Amino acid sequence: MATIDVPNQVSFLEDAEALRKACQGWGTDEKAIISVLGHRNAAQRKQIRLAYEELYQEDLIKRLESELSGDFERAVYRWILDPADRDAVLANVAIRKSSPDHHVIIEISCTRSPEELLAVRRAYQARYKHSLEEDVAAHTKGDIRTLLVVLVSAFRYDGEEINTRVANSEAKTLHDAIKDKAFNHEEVIRIMSTRSKMQLMATFNRYRDDQGTSITKNLPGASGDEFLLALRTAVRCLNDPKKYFEKVLRSSIKRTGTDEDGLTRVIVTRAEKDLKEIKDLYYKRNSVPLDQAVAKDTSGDYKAFLLTLLGKED
Amino acid sequence: MAYPDHLEALNKAFSGIGVDENSLISIVANSNHEHKKSFRKGCSKLFIEDQNGFERMDQSIIKNLKLEFKRFRDAVVLSLLHPWERDARLIEKAMKKGQKHYDVIVEIACTRSSNELLGARKAYHSLFHHSVEEHLATHVKGCERKLLVALVSAYRYEGPKVNEDVVKSEAEILSNAIKNADKRKPIEDEDTIMILATRSKPHLKAVYEHYNKICDKSLTEILDAGLSVDGDEESKRAVTRVIVTQREALVKEGYAPNKIQGILTGHYKDFILGSLAREEMNKPL
Repeated sequence: MATIDVPNQVSFLEDAEALRKACQGWGTDEKAIISVLGHRNAAQRKQIRLAYEELYQEDLIKRLESELSGDFERAVYRWILDPADRDAVLANVAIRKSSPDHHVIIEISCTRSPEELLAVRRAYQARYKHSLEEDVAAHTKGDIRTLLVVLVSAFRYDGEEINTRVANSEAKTLHDAIKDKAFNHEEVIRIMSTRSKMQLMATFNRYRDDQGTSITKNLPGASGDEFLLALRTAVRCLNDPKKYFEKVLRSSIKRTGTDEDGLTRVIVTRAEKDLKEIKDLYYKRNSVPLDQAVAKDTSGDYKAFLLTLLGKED
Repeated sequence: MAYPDHLEALNKAFSGIGVDENSLISIVANSNHEHKKSFRKGCSKLFIEDQNGFERMDQSIIKNLKLEFKRFRDAVVLSLLHPWERDARLIEKAMKKGQKHYDVIVEIACTRSSNELLGARKAYHSLFHHSVEEHLATHVKGCERKLLVALVSAYRYEGPKVNEDVVKSEAEILSNAIKNADKRKPIEDEDTIMILATRSKPHLKAVYEHYNKICDKSLTEILDAGLSVDGDEESKRAVTRVIVTQREALVKEGYAPNKIQGILTGHYKDFILGSLAREEMNKPL
C-alpha cells in the first residue's frame, strides 16, 4: 500500500502558483515545495508540471534543479518524474557509473511488472536515443552482461498459472547448478529470465521444500563473485521484493554496503506502491519504526521530504 | 465433348501454385463416369495403372493436392488475422516444427518494427499463456537458442542516429567472429549476439555496409526461390507469408507481380494479386 497522504481536492493551478512562489526571490521555500509535491501522486504531479509550463513557460523540473541542491534535490528530482521516466533515469545513472550498479538494473527489471518494464524501456529510448538493452550490453562484459541483458529484455507472462512438473524439474536444475557451483549455467539464466514470476516463486518454494533451506541461503552473498551476487539479487527481487527493499533500506541506514542512493531510491520508488508493507517489515526486523531510523540518519529538508513520503503528518 | 482438351485443361488446373477452382468446377462437376475414366487413363502424371485393374492416384500427388487446395485458405486467414496474432501464431508454429523453420522466427523478429514485435509478444501471452522467450528457451535446444531468444526480445531504438566509431568496431567484432567460425559458431558468440540483437536497424545497416554484407537475402530473393513449381513446400509457403505480411515493403521495392501471373493459379492467385494491387493503390503518386 502507498504511504503518501494525498488530499481529496487538488487544484493544479494553485499548486503551480504555490511552487512558483516558493522559488521566487532570494532563497527557496523548501517547506512549501515539500508540502505540495510530497502530497501528490504521479498523475497529479504530471498535471502540475503541465500547469506550471502553461502559466510560466518554464519547465518546473529545470527550475527545481536550479533552486535545490544535494540529497534533497536528488530526491525531489526523482520524485517529480513519471515512474517509467524515473526508472529510466535510475537505470542510466547506474549503467554509466565507472563500475555499473548492477543491483539497480536488476532491481528495476525484476521488481517492476512486465508492463511497467516495457514502459521503462520506452521512456529510456525517448530520453537517451538508445535502447536500454543496448546500453547495458555496451557497458558490461561477460556472464553478468548476459544476465543483465536478458533480465531487462524480458516480457514475462503475467498470469497466475503454475506448472508443478516444471517447478519440480527447474528446482532440481537450480539445485544441481548450485551444487556444482556452475551458477552461470545457461539453464540458470534461462529459468531466471524467462519464467513468469508466479512460476518462479513455485520453483523457489519447491527448492526450499526439497533442500530444507531457501535458495538465497545457498547463493553466498559475501563472495567476491559479481555474477553470483547479481544472481542472488535477482532471486531475492523475484522471490520477495518487499523483503529485498527492507534489506536495502536497512543496509543504507546502517551504512553497510555501498548503496548510498538506496534510501532515496527505495522510498521514492515505493512510496506509491508498497512502502507501507515495507515499513511494517522494517519494524518487525529492527524493532524500530522506519520513520524513526530515517529521522535519526538524515537531516534538514532531505529528512523532512523523506518523512513526508513515508506518510508523516505535517 | 472433346476429351483431349478437357484433359489438357484438367492438367493445367492442377499445375502451378494453387489450383484453378473455376476450371475444376466446370470440368469435373460436369464429367460423367466415362469422362472421368478417360481422365484417369490419360493422365499418367496423376494416375498409375494398378495391377488389380484400376487407375490409382499417386499417394504423394494426393498429399500435394491437399497442400495446393489449402493455399488459398491459408492466405486468407493469414491476411485476416490481426498482425500481432498472426506473428505470434507463425512463431509458435515455426518453433514447434523445428530447426528447419527457425528462419521464419528470424524473419519475423527482424522485419517487424519494435512496436509490432512487442505487440506480437503480447498476443503470444494471450494465445499461449507463456512468454515467447520462455517457450523458445525451452523448445529450442540447439545453438540457435541464445540468438533466437535475444532477437525476439529486442526493443530496438528506431531513430536514425548512428555512431560511426561504434559501427567500425562492431563490424570488426563480427568479422572476427566469422573468421573464427571453425573454433566457435558465430551465432553462439556473445558479442555477435549482443550486436545483432540490441543495436538499432540503421546502426546494423551501417555495420553491414562496413563489413560488406553478411548473408543478406532481400525479400525478392526469397520470393524468387518460392516461385518455382519445383520449389519445396516451405519456399512456396514463404510466398504467401512474405507477400501477405510485407506487401508494403515489396511494393516499395518495386516488386513486379507479373512473375506471379504465370505460376500461381486459381483463387489463390487472385487473392495474392489482389493484395498487391491494393497495396499499389496505397502508394503515393
